[in-house]
Amino acid sequence: MEVLVDVKNLKKYFEIRKSLFARPVYVKAVDDVSFQIQRGSIFAVVGESGSGKSTLGRTILKLIEPTSGKLVYDGKDITNLSGKEMLQYRRQMQIVQQDPYNSLHPRKLVKDIVGEGLKIHLKMKPDEVYTHIKEILELVGLREEHMFRYPHEFSGGQRQRIAIARALVLKPKFVVLDEPTSALDVSVQARALALLRDLREKFSLTYLFITHNLAVVDYMATHVAVMYLGKVMEIGTKDDIFLRASHPYTLALLDCVPTVGTGRKIRSVPRGEIPNPTKPPSGCVFHTRCPKAQKICQEQEPAFVEVSPGHYCRCHFCA
Amino acid sequence: MRRGSLLDISGLRVIFHTYRGTIKALNGVELWLNEEERLGVVGETGCGKSVTALSVMRLIEQPGEITEGSIWLNDKDLLKLSEEEMDRIRGKHISMIFQEPIAALNPVFKVGFQVAEAIAHSQGITIKDAYPQVREALEMVGLDWQRTIDLYAHELSGGMAQRVMIAMALAVKPKLLIADEPTSALDVTIQAQILELLDKLVTVSQSAVVLITHDLGIASEFCDRVAVMYAGNVVEIATSEEIFSQPLHPYTKGLIDSIPVVGRSKELAGIPGVVPDLVDPPSGCRFHPRCKEVFDKCHTELPSLSQVKPNHYVACHLYQ
Repeated sequence: MEVLVDVKNLKKYFEIRKSLFARPVYVKAVDDVSFQIQRGSIFAVVGESGSGKSTLGRTILKLIEPTSGKLVYDGKDITNLSGKEMLQYRRQMQIVQQDPYNSLHPRKLVKDIVGEGLKIHLKMKPDEVYTHIKEILELVGLREEHMFRYPHEFSGGQRQRIAIARALVLKPKFVVLDEPTSALDVSVQARALALLRDLREKFSLTYLFITHNLAVVDYMATHVAVMYLGKVMEIGTKDDIFLRASHPYTLALLDCVPTVGTGRKIRSVPRGEIPNPTKPPSGCVFHTRCPKAQKICQEQEPAFVEVSPGHYCRCHFCA
Repeated sequence: MRRGSLLDISGLRVIFHTYRGTIKALNGVELWLNEEERLGVVGETGCGKSVTALSVMRLIEQPGEITEGSIWLNDKDLLKLSEEEMDRIRGKHISMIFQEPIAALNPVFKVGFQVAEAIAHSQGITIKDAYPQVREALEMVGLDWQRTIDLYAHELSGGMAQRVMIAMALAVKPKLLIADEPTSALDVTIQAQILELLDKLVTVSQSAVVLITHDLGIASEFCDRVAVMYAGNVVEIATSEEIFSQPLHPYTKGLIDSIPVVGRSKELAGIPGVVPDLVDPPSGCRFHPRCKEVFDKCHTELPSLSQVKPNHYVACHLYQ
C-alpha cells in the first residue's frame, strides 16, 4: 500500500510563562510522534483528554506550526511550506471539527459556508458553485432548500453533515475527523458514522479519525494509535490493538469501556489521574498509573519496540 | 396502586413556558423503585431524564411547572409538601450528584466548608460541629483530606470534584441517590474509578440509586433495572439483562442497534428522523413519526405503560 501521510518525529511544544520574566515551561502536546498513514485507510488516534490527539491532527494539517519533525504529504515535504505554498495542499487536506455548534459561522448561510472553499480554491462562477453545493448536500443527506438557511436552524446531526459537506466539497484526499460524532446522540451518531464510511468509499478518501470512544474506533478504523501525554504508546492495525494489545495503557482503556449485557465486570482500573502535562512523570509517562510498573519504568523511557510487523509498543515489558 | 416501596412516580407532567410556546417536557412519566434498588434511566438529549430527576428533588422552577402527577417517597407525596418540609427531605433522604462536578460546587468556598455544610444541613447541627465528620467523608471517597479540605473547586480535577460531590451526597446516608450523568464529563479511566467507588459506597450506605445516563453500557453494568425514556415518556422498563437481550419497544431496539460495541462488529442501524420538538409534539405515540412498525392507532392514541411479562413493562400499541 502506498503511503499518503508520513509523520516523522513530529513535536509540538507549547510555551507557558507564568509572568513575563519567569522561565518558560513547555507542554509537550505532541512529543516525537512518527507514523505513516496508508492511502485509503482510516487511521484512528485514541486517547483521553490532554493526550495531544487534537493537537496532532491540527499539526499534521499545519493549522498550527510544528516545533520540529517532518511532515510528508503524498511524497512531498510540506513541513516548511509557507502559507501561500500550502494553499494548493489545503484543497486536498480538510478537517471536520468536534462541535457542530461552534464550528459553523452563525451568520452565514449554508451555501456560503459550504461554497467558500470553491470560491477560494477553484475560482468558480456562482452557477457552478451552486450546482456543486447542491450535489454535495444531497450526498450528505441534506436537500437543496437547506442552502438558504442558517446553522441555528439545524439539529446537531444535520450541522455535522454541513461540516462534512464543507470538508468534502473540494474533493480532498485526506480528511482529519476530530471527534466528529462526540456531540451527537447515539441514534444520530450511527447514521453519521455510516455516512462517513460511504463517503470514504465513494471518494476514496483517507481519514485521520480522532476520538476518545474505543467502540467507535472498533467500528471505523483500519489502523489505531493510542496516545498518552503527548506520546504514542502503541500503534498497529485494528486487530493488533483490539485483539493483541500489549501496552498496559491500551489494555486498561479497553477494560474500562462499559458494555451492554456483560453484567458487572471486574476490571483493573488504572489508579490515580492523568498527570499535569507541564510536569510529566520521569521515565515512562504512564508509570504513575501502571499496574505493571517496576523501578526501571521510573528511570528509563522505554523504546518504541516492534512486537510484530507494523505493531509497535512503548513499554519495557511488551516484548 | 403503589408499585415501588421507596419511590413511586406516576402521571408526572412538567411544562416549560418559553417565548416559542409551551414545551411539554414530561408527558405522564411512570417510574418506581424499591429500597436499595438501582434504576438506570437512559435516553437521548431532551427525553426528559434530567427533568424527571429535578422533579423528584422539587427543583423545577419558573418558567417550569409541574402540572400533574404524584411522586411518593415512602408515605409522603413530595408534590404536596411545603417548601420547609421538602427542605428537610433534600440532602437528608434524597441526595443528588450532577454531570459537571466543578460547576456544581460553589466556587467561592473551600471544599471542606462545603462538605461540612452538607453534613450540618442533614443532621441539623452547626457547620463547626460538622467539621470532624469531613475527614471521614473525604477519606471515604479516596481523597487526601488534609490537602483537599483547603482547595477551591477550580483547583480540583474533574474526577476529584466528582469525588467531593459523592462525599457530600453520601455522607448523609440517603435513602435515595439521584446521579445525573455522573461520569459523562470524565475520561474513561476516571469514569471507571468513579463508578467503582459509587458501587462500593451505595452498597455500604444502603441507598437506592436512580442513575441517569446516555451510556447504555453504564446502565447495563451498574443497574438492576433500566427505564428507557423518549420525548417525555418512559417507553420501556425491564431488568438490565432483559432490556438488552429482549427489548420490545421499537425505540429501545433502535437505540441498542445504534451503539457500537468493542469486539462485536455489526452494522449500526441508527434511527431515521430526529427527536421531536416538544413545543409541538407528535400526536398519539410521540415516537410514531420515526417508528418502523407504526400503524393507525399510533397516530391518535398515547400508549400507556403496561406489564407484558413479570418485571417487563412497555408503552407500545404492538403489545396491547
